[in-house]
Amino acid sequence: MNNGLMMTTAEQFLFWIIGPIIVLGASALLFSKRAVLTACSVMVTMVGLAFLYVGLGSPFLGIVQVVVYTGAIMMLFVFVLMLVGVDVSDSFIETIRGQRWAGVLLGLGLLVVLSGAVFRSTFTFAIGTDAASNGNNAGAVAHLLFSDFAFTLEITGCLLIIAAMGAVILTHRVRLTRPITQGEMMEIRTKRGMRLTPPPAPGNYARHNAADVPAIDARGKIIEDSVPSALRMRGQVHNLRGLPQDLLEDKVPPTRRPDAAAPAIEAGTAGSSDSAGPRDTGGPPEPGDTAGPEVKP
Amino acid sequence: MIASVLAVGADGVVADFSQDNGWIVAAKAVLVLICALVSVIIAIWFERKVIARLQQRIGPNVRGPMGLLQLVYDAMKLLLKEDINVSRADKLTYIVAPGISVAASLMVFAVIPIGGQVKIPFTDISTPLQLTDFPVAVLYILAVTAVGVYGIVLGGWSSRATYSLLGSVRSTAQIISYELVMGMSLVTVFIMSGSMSTSSIVTAQTDLWYGVMLAPSLFLYIIAMIGETNRLPFDLPEAEGELVAGYMTEYSSMKFAWFFLAEYINMLNVSAVCTTLFLGGWRAPWPLSWIGDGFLNTGYWTILWFLAKTWFLMFVFVWVRGTVVRFRYDQFMRLGWKGLLPVALSWIVILTSVRAFDEFTDRRLESWTVPALSWGMIVFIIAWYWPVRKEPEEVPEEPVVIDAFAKGFPVPPLPGQVLPPSPRAQRVSVSVAEELEPLQSKEEQ
Repeated sequence: MNNGLMMTTAEQFLFWIIGPIIVLGASALLFSKRAVLTACSVMVTMVGLAFLYVGLGSPFLGIVQVVVYTGAIMMLFVFVLMLVGVDVSDSFIETIRGQRWAGVLLGLGLLVVLSGAVFRSTFTFAIGTDAASNGNNAGAVAHLLFSDFAFTLEITGCLLIIAAMGAVILTHRVRLTRPITQGEMMEIRTKRGMRLTPPPAPGNYARHNAADVPAIDARGKIIEDSVPSALRMRGQVHNLRGLPQDLLEDKVPPTRRPDAAAPAIEAGTAGSSDSAGPRDTGGPPEPGDTAGPEVKP
Repeated sequence: MIASVLAVGADGVVADFSQDNGWIVAAKAVLVLICALVSVIIAIWFERKVIARLQQRIGPNVRGPMGLLQLVYDAMKLLLKEDINVSRADKLTYIVAPGISVAASLMVFAVIPIGGQVKIPFTDISTPLQLTDFPVAVLYILAVTAVGVYGIVLGGWSSRATYSLLGSVRSTAQIISYELVMGMSLVTVFIMSGSMSTSSIVTAQTDLWYGVMLAPSLFLYIIAMIGETNRLPFDLPEAEGELVAGYMTEYSSMKFAWFFLAEYINMLNVSAVCTTLFLGGWRAPWPLSWIGDGFLNTGYWTILWFLAKTWFLMFVFVWVRGTVVRFRYDQFMRLGWKGLLPVALSWIVILTSVRAFDEFTDRRLESWTVPALSWGMIVFIIAWYWPVRKEPEEVPEEPVVIDAFAKGFPVPPLPGQVLPPSPRAQRVSVSVAEELEPLQSKEEQ
């Protein structure tokens, strides 16, 4: 090989700092157990490579590398991995029989082809990126792409468009019926006299925050709708032992009856000690719990 | 065409860094960093004050003059709060994620020209008020922003909580979609200026700002920049009503403060990029640029114009936040992919055709062609998306009940057809009865 240019000290300095980071990232790619971490180590490797490209005088290549690979492609990988599962690690089950051996063979084949290409190639006298690109890196790359490699560029563009079209066709779904808009939904609700707003969240925050405890409105009335309908049907609504008795009977707001408030709260604290915290809604309801007046049969 | 493109950017950048030495570069870097951090503090105060005025309140006014010291108190509170670590979190990424966000957001200001060429006081050194510039500086901004997204994504993922994960998934989808629109509006600027270096783009706007010349691009950029920074009305990744705080839910104390910091620096970044690319950068606004043979366009005056424009855009951020309600997620995605993207693409095609006409034929375009086209495009967009009252759709006739198994295998009902009521449809009737219950109980009373 005929190397016409020497690395400057700054370039060497950069190389010896970035190099180990790239190697570290690449080994983490091979050895890390978690798929998301693998994707992150690819990102580290690519950003490191980008630094080296910029250091070697081709800022365009370096920055496009980050924009395209790190910003778009790896981000999509991470996105999919996050959706698939937070804790997916490598599986060693072969989905296609003999795929591992085929993979090894193909990998070796690629290695042979690539090394053949590398060792047979001859290098001309290196003139450096500045001289090669006439001081304008992006312009020179554009010149090359749109003159010598215009056909390759068009073919690649076609490939990408076909892939995008494929994605659109595969995910497209014809709606059989018209979707109901928000306006129509409100119209139906108004006509039927249904609640216009979303139902209030379950739980009254002074005592219980569980899904099976109904909320209380401003007048102290219990709002049954606040408990999810599944719990109501199963009869698993909490019997509100933690609440003052006069709330349960729904007669007079507690503020009007100062004499009754004190014993009621006392009873409430005594009751709340054993019923605090969310209960297992899957289990059969205890007889004591279903005895309250607010529980639907 | 290629030759002319090469000629435009033969040396790459316009700004002259030849007299900079190591000390000047270091001093500039430190100054940029300090300015960014101080601006964040001012931005938080500014936002609280302006949003208060928009909502007919007064805002912070107790600590210090005009409530300025409130921020110091807020910052101290964040620093001194207990730092809670999620025990099930993926430790490394959980801690690194806020750092990635902040680091990436701080890197953008390196290529923003804050002012023109100035003489450093007490020396003969003349230097541009810009840390650095290179032929692909605007692409560098896009690259750094792309890396910054990893902070949000990894932060949400590593917390191992549903809200966090949903927030970060939303954020990723959002930023990828809107970065596309943002990139396309930037491409139009590259096409017109023939350069991707920030200082060259500012110089190219000497006669006419790109915000006026390429009005659709400015319009797209401003929408995309609000989407990019996750601000209202596009703050779906951290929508309180839906996701508690999105990707930041499991973060507290200083780690939360880092995300907070990154968000505000990002707001400043996109405002500064908009100023540089569309609003003439550090150049004085039009009537002022005529005063005294344009001396307001020189020296340290230029910082004033840059800051005024950037803070005007920050005001726009707050203004929009105080005015527009949050979008629903599907509306937001539809706006991005079906509204903004087609507009951006068709605008690029129009502009490229005009430029090609200019480059490849003997006819030269008049200076008013592109501005006229762009304002025509604006009018067209407004006319196209002008809300029209839809005619009420014809009420379909009574739906036909079909036998789904008529031909031996089940078929779904077509529009206008319904299935006979299912024998297992009790649940539906129960839920309808429940919905009607409030009405009945009202009648009973």
